[in-house]
Amino acid sequence: MAANETVPAIEGWFTEGDNPALIGTQCTQCKTFFFPREETYCRNPGCQSTEFESVELSREGTIWSYAEHFYKPPAPYIAPEPFEPYTIAAVELAEEKLVILGQMAKGVAHSDLKAGMKVELVVEPIYDLDDKTHTVWKWKPLAA
Amino acid sequence: MSKDVAVLGVGMHPWGKWGKNFVEYGVKACNDALKDAGIDWKDVDFVSGAETVRNGYPGYVAGATFAQALGWSGASVATSYAACASGATGINAARARILSGMSDVALVIGADTTPKGFLAPNAGERWDDPDWLRFRLMGCTNPTYFALYARRRMDIYGATEEDFAQVKVKNSRHGFTNPNARYKKKFTMEEVLGSNMVADPLRLFEICATSDGAACVVLTSMEYAKKHSTRPVRVSGVSTVTPTFPSTVIEMPNFSTDSAYSVPVPDTEFRDSIAAYAYEEAGVGPEDMSLAEVYDLSSALELDWYENIGLCKPGEAEKLLRDGDTTLGGRVPVNPSGGLACFGEAVPAQAIAQVCELVWQLRGQAGERQVEGAKAGITANQGLFGHGSSVLCTI
Ligand SMILES: [Zn+2]
Repeated sequence: MAANETVPAIEGWFTEGDNPALIGTQCTQCKTFFFPREETYCRNPGCQSTEFESVELSREGTIWSYAEHFYKPPAPYIAPEPFEPYTIAAVELAEEKLVILGQMAKGVAHSDLKAGMKVELVVEPIYDLDDKTHTVWKWKPLAA
Repeated sequence: MSKDVAVLGVGMHPWGKWGKNFVEYGVKACNDALKDAGIDWKDVDFVSGAETVRNGYPGYVAGATFAQALGWSGASVATSYAACASGATGINAARARILSGMSDVALVIGADTTPKGFLAPNAGERWDDPDWLRFRLMGCTNPTYFALYARRRMDIYGATEEDFAQVKVKNSRHGFTNPNARYKKKFTMEEVLGSNMVADPLRLFEICATSDGAACVVLTSMEYAKKHSTRPVRVSGVSTVTPTFPSTVIEMPNFSTDSAYSVPVPDTEFRDSIAAYAYEEAGVGPEDMSLAEVYDLSSALELDWYENIGLCKPGEAEKLLRDGDTTLGGRVPVNPSGGLACFGEAVPAQAIAQVCELVWQLRGQAGERQVEGAKAGITANQGLFGHGSSVLCTI
C-alpha cells in the first residue's frame, strides 16, 4: 500500500523540515509576539499598530504544565482507532514570553514529564483524512 | 452614594437531567423568586435573561422568552451572554438600571437544558474559531485546561491526588441535604480515587458534569426593598471584569497566552482581579467573608479559587483545605451548597444559583448546610473568552 500524502492540518501555523518552528507574528511597532498569527490590529492596549511581520518562534521551551487524556474527546477531534491516550502540554517560550499549548510527541506519558522540563518542537501526524496524513506541531522532551 | 441593591427574592428549579424544555425550568424559578419576594410579576419593570446557546432561538433571546412565558407585561428586556459568567452579567445589567434610577424591580433569570457528555463545540467546520480548532488540532477539551492547572499545583505546590479528592468529598457532604442539588451522595476518598482517570491528574468524579436547571433573583432598589422587607440581603459588589494585557495564564479556549515581551505582566493576574474588583466596590476584604461559592469545574480548581479570592496566599490552599477551614464548621466554608460537584453545570443559571445560595445563607435559611452567623459572602466564577464573574452579598 502506498504511503499517504502528508499535509499540514492547518496552513501557515508551522514550518516543516529538520528544524520545524511555529509561525507567529510580531507587531512592527511595540514588538509584541502573537500566536496564532495576529495580522489585523495589535492587542497591546497601548499600541494601535496594524503592521505585523511573520516570525518563526523559538523551537525550545520549558513545560508550564501537562495533562494526559484517557478518553476519546468529541468531534471535531479525529481520534485514531483504537483510541490511544495522548498528552497535552503548556510550554513557556522564554524569548517571546508566552505560553503555547500542543500535544506531546506520540508515546510521551505524564509520568515522563515535570513542570520546568525542557522540550523542543516537532511535527508529527495527528489524523488521517481523505487519504492524507495530516500533521501538526507537538512538543518533545529534549534529550538530557 | 451607596452602590447597594437588594435581593428581595430567590428561586431555583432543581438541577438534574429532566429532559424538559428550559423555559419550563425558568418559569418555575421565576415564580418561586417572585413568591419569595412577595412581588407580583406585573410589578417587574426589567427582565434580564442569561442566554443559553444550546436551545435554539428561544435560548438566544432568553429574556424575552421568559417574559412571554410569564405573560407579556410591557417590561423592558435584555439578554446577556458571557458563557459561564452570563448570570453575573445579567445581574450587573439589572443592577445598573436600578442604580441609575431607570428600574425599581428587576428579574434576573437563567435556565438551561443540556446535552449529554463533554461540552463540545457547535457543529460545522470553523477554521477561524479557536474553540473549534483546539479540539480539531490538539484534542484539547475543557478538562484539559482544568488538568493543566491541577498538575501545576502538584508540581509547584506539592498538591496531592488526595487533596483533589478531598475537595469532592467535602463538597459532596455539604450538598447532601440541598434540595436543589442533583447529586446527593456522600462520596468517600476511596470512591473518588477509584473513579476512572479522565484528564490526568483529574478523575471522573472530580470533573463537573452538565445539568439542566434554573435560577432566578429578584433585585430591587434599597428604597423599594424597605417596603417589603425589614432586613434584605444586599448586593454590595458585582465584578464582570476582563483581563488586563498581557494575560499570561493559559485560558480556555485559547492556544496561547498573551506575550509579555513588550508590556510587563500586571500586578494582579486575571483570576485574582475578579474578586478584587468586587471587594473594592463593596469596601470589604476577604477577611470579612463568612463563606464563598466558587466555580469548582474540577475539584482542583476550587483550590486555585481559594487563592484567587484572597482566602490565603498562593501555595497555601492545600493547607486551608487540610485544616478544615473551608469545610462547614470551619473558618470560611467554601461551596456550602455542594458546588458544581453536587450540581453539575447549567451554564446560564449557575452564577445566579451561586447568589441564591449566598442569600439563603445570609438569611439563615440554609438548613443543615447553614454557615453559623453568616454576614457576608462572595461568589467567583469565570466565563470562556475573558469574562470575570463575582457577586458579593452582605446583610
Ligand atoms: Zn503593537
